[in-house]
Amino acid sequence: MAWIVFIVLSVLCVGSVAAMILSRNAAHNALFLVLAFAALGGLFGLLDAPFAAAVQVLVYAGAIMVLFLFALMMFDLRRPAPPDKPGFRLALTLVLALVLLGEIALALARLVRGGGGPGGAPGHDVGRLGALLFTDYLYAFEITSLLILAALVGALALAGKKEGA
Amino acid sequence: MAGLFWLIPLIPGASALALLLAGAKLPRKWAAAQASGAVLLSFVLSLAAFLRLSGGGPDVPALSKTLLSWIASGSFTASITFQFDELSAVMALVVTGVGFLIHVYSAAYMAGDKAYSRYFAFLNLFMFFMLVLVMASGIVLMFVGWEGVGLCSYLLIGFWFERPAASKAGLKAFVVNRVGDAAFIVGILFILAHVGSPEFAAINAASASGLLAPGLVTLVAVLLFAGATGKSAQIPLHVWLPDAMEGPTPVSALIHAATMVTAGVYMVCRLNGLYAASVPASSVVAWVGGVTAVFAATIALVQNDIKRVLAYSTISQIGYMFLGCGVGAYAAGMFHLVTHAFFKSLLFLAAGSVIHALGGGQDMRRMGGLRKYLPVTFPVFLTGALAISGVPFLSGFFSKDAILTSAYAGGHHVLYALGLLGAVLTALYMFRLIYLTFYGEERFEPGPGRHIHESPPAMTVPLVVLAVFSVLAGYIGLPVFFGAKADRFGRFLESVLKAPAGHPSLPAEALLVLAATASALLGIFLAFVLYKRNPEIPPRLAYRFPGLYRLLVGKYRVDEAYDALFIRPLVRGSETVYARFDLKVVDGVLNGSAAATGMAGKGLNILQTGLIRDYALAFVLGVVVFLGVLLL
Amino acid sequence: MIPTAAFLALAALLFALGVLAFFVKKDLLTQFMAVEIMLNAGNLAFLALARSLGKPDGQAVVLFVITAAAAEAVVGLAIIVLVFRRRKAVRTDDLKELRG
Repeated sequence: MAWIVFIVLSVLCVGSVAAMILSRNAAHNALFLVLAFAALGGLFGLLDAPFAAAVQVLVYAGAIMVLFLFALMMFDLRRPAPPDKPGFRLALTLVLALVLLGEIALALARLVRGGGGPGGAPGHDVGRLGALLFTDYLYAFEITSLLILAALVGALALAGKKEGA
Repeated sequence: MAGLFWLIPLIPGASALALLLAGAKLPRKWAAAQASGAVLLSFVLSLAAFLRLSGGGPDVPALSKTLLSWIASGSFTASITFQFDELSAVMALVVTGVGFLIHVYSAAYMAGDKAYSRYFAFLNLFMFFMLVLVMASGIVLMFVGWEGVGLCSYLLIGFWFERPAASKAGLKAFVVNRVGDAAFIVGILFILAHVGSPEFAAINAASASGLLAPGLVTLVAVLLFAGATGKSAQIPLHVWLPDAMEGPTPVSALIHAATMVTAGVYMVCRLNGLYAASVPASSVVAWVGGVTAVFAATIALVQNDIKRVLAYSTISQIGYMFLGCGVGAYAAGMFHLVTHAFFKSLLFLAAGSVIHALGGGQDMRRMGGLRKYLPVTFPVFLTGALAISGVPFLSGFFSKDAILTSAYAGGHHVLYALGLLGAVLTALYMFRLIYLTFYGEERFEPGPGRHIHESPPAMTVPLVVLAVFSVLAGYIGLPVFFGAKADRFGRFLESVLKAPAGHPSLPAEALLVLAATASALLGIFLAFVLYKRNPEIPPRLAYRFPGLYRLLVGKYRVDEAYDALFIRPLVRGSETVYARFDLKVVDGVLNGSAAATGMAGKGLNILQTGLIRDYALAFVLGVVVFLGVLLL
Repeated sequence: MIPTAAFLALAALLFALGVLAFFVKKDLLTQFMAVEIMLNAGNLAFLALARSLGKPDGQAVVLFVITAAAAEAVVGLAIIVLVFRRRKAVRTDDLKELRG
């Protein structure tokens, strides 16, 4: 059962990303991405990380992508970018991407082989995650909130109301 | 005070340094006074040391002081050690004594020159190096002095360097000396390799004891002598000395008459153990000396520049000195060195006085009749001429006679004949000079009656002093028939310079003295006939024998031969190398590397497209490579 | 239980696709989206390993990553908006001031 869910979600995710690559319409790209993130949220859930799954859907799919769409609205999208000449750059990119894929796969494979771990189901224990956040990772937690504040202020300062925009 | 002998070279050296650094800021009189005073001080110290040496018996040890240990490389060590033995004493006294007189003379002679203190600085520097040369205890230190006097010679010949002739002459002197010095250095290397020590005592002992193979001894002796031919202007490296007359006249007197050019003779005498041990080498020395003596005398016969006559005369007289050394009469050679120092510097300084009086003219064809205008210069000049010609009772007679006697007694009859011929020629060219300059009609511009005046006392006093010595110096080395003890000079030097074995009988000696006197008088008589009584003869002779005349005037074309054989090919070769190698290869490499760097820069510039995508690509490439390295 | 390797493979694939997307696309905004994909791929890997190791630390990291990504998106978009205001188009190839 879990396998079917996994496969469906994976296909959905990868397919969305592929479609995003192939589509030339920026708005379509964004929407495909939303779909991909949603699928990922599901996959997070499969990984016994409900909190992460919730955050993913709420923040990533819900907030970040909406931001992207807002930004999109400001641009003139009627002229799609001309396709890239199948040239040197494209070939190199493909090659590099493939090599990168291989390397990452190799690295992860080695990782997995060297100790898969006992598994278990610690994920259901959100409380444990919470405790962790407020003890071992307290500094990171607080600094992250500062980070959000800084980003907020920065964005306002950068793109705030100017010439009657 | 004799213990301070090691200061003898250093005092002029310090004075030279001071003058070089601060001379331009000092008043002129001070520069001259300091320079002369330094030399005088060295003379006094030399005298003190000499008295110490001569006071005791023949067993007084030489004074020696090591200043510092200089080279210590592997098994070879050399130290800066000064020694003062009888031979050094003679040289030091001559160098500082005559040097002092010339310093005083220069103070007046160079009075109008704008580079006054530079002149005295160089003169002092020369004294320093020359004294190092004669007081060195080893051949390496002596070579330092040897090179140093060559340097000072270059600096002083080219003193008026704005004149191209002077610059070229200085360069010629240095380069020709260099050729000789190359051989000298090879000789030194052989010595160091086989004797192991540069000390003279060691070298002489090694030669005498048979430590060195006979072939090696000859080789080294000839190599060192080759260096001496350069320094002492003998055939084949004599060509620089006549050109050196471009320098100021006191310089010619000091360096190119009395001191530097005699360094070669000193070297041979110092290493007499080496030369005595090799008959072939001594023959080379004697024959080169003898041939040069006649060769140079023939050229002097036809020269018109008063200083050139004296220059060739110097070459000729040094030939006599080498002749003496070559036949084993080292003391006789040194004796002639001493007397020659007096009368030759006298002749040069007196010539300077003549030139000074004429406002710079040196051509004898434009002189004449100066006898009545130069009441001091003329008599002293005449004294010097008589001395050099070997007229009896003057110094030159005794010293020349000593050499010729030894040559004859040693069985070298051909050399003796050459010496005798040279004596005739010497008297001939000297008195030709006297007659052309001081007698006859006045040929100088603007004509008779021009205001010619005698030189100032600063110039004439040294002249007189030198004249006195030219007369009296002979009496320290009287020939044997005045008594066995008469040769005080030879006996003084006995511990250093062994006397030659052969010795003529009393009647033979008397005949030889007669022959020498006759040749001198013959020469003077011929000069009288040719240049005073019948002055129309010389031009007619030149007309009758044009080839011979041209050969003599052209100095046997030696300079031209050197130019064609060595100089032009070298210059052409250098130009070729310059064009092919220096310009193309060396410059090519430099320009090429610059161009390559530029091209590399341009090439790398292609990568800087400014596009974010390309930079991101580079990122990814880097990550891929990095991961690859980590994984593999 | 689905093996960790599967998730990791998926994460690798997603990352490579993100890289590809970045280079294929011409406008800045979409390239930015590709970056988000890559981040998510990383998140997936973290969670997979967190589960396999049995420790919740990976989840805490994921939380931080998402937060940082959000902040980054905010600022980045602000900059893109500024660029667009200036040039009226966001074709990445037009931003060539760094050309040497």
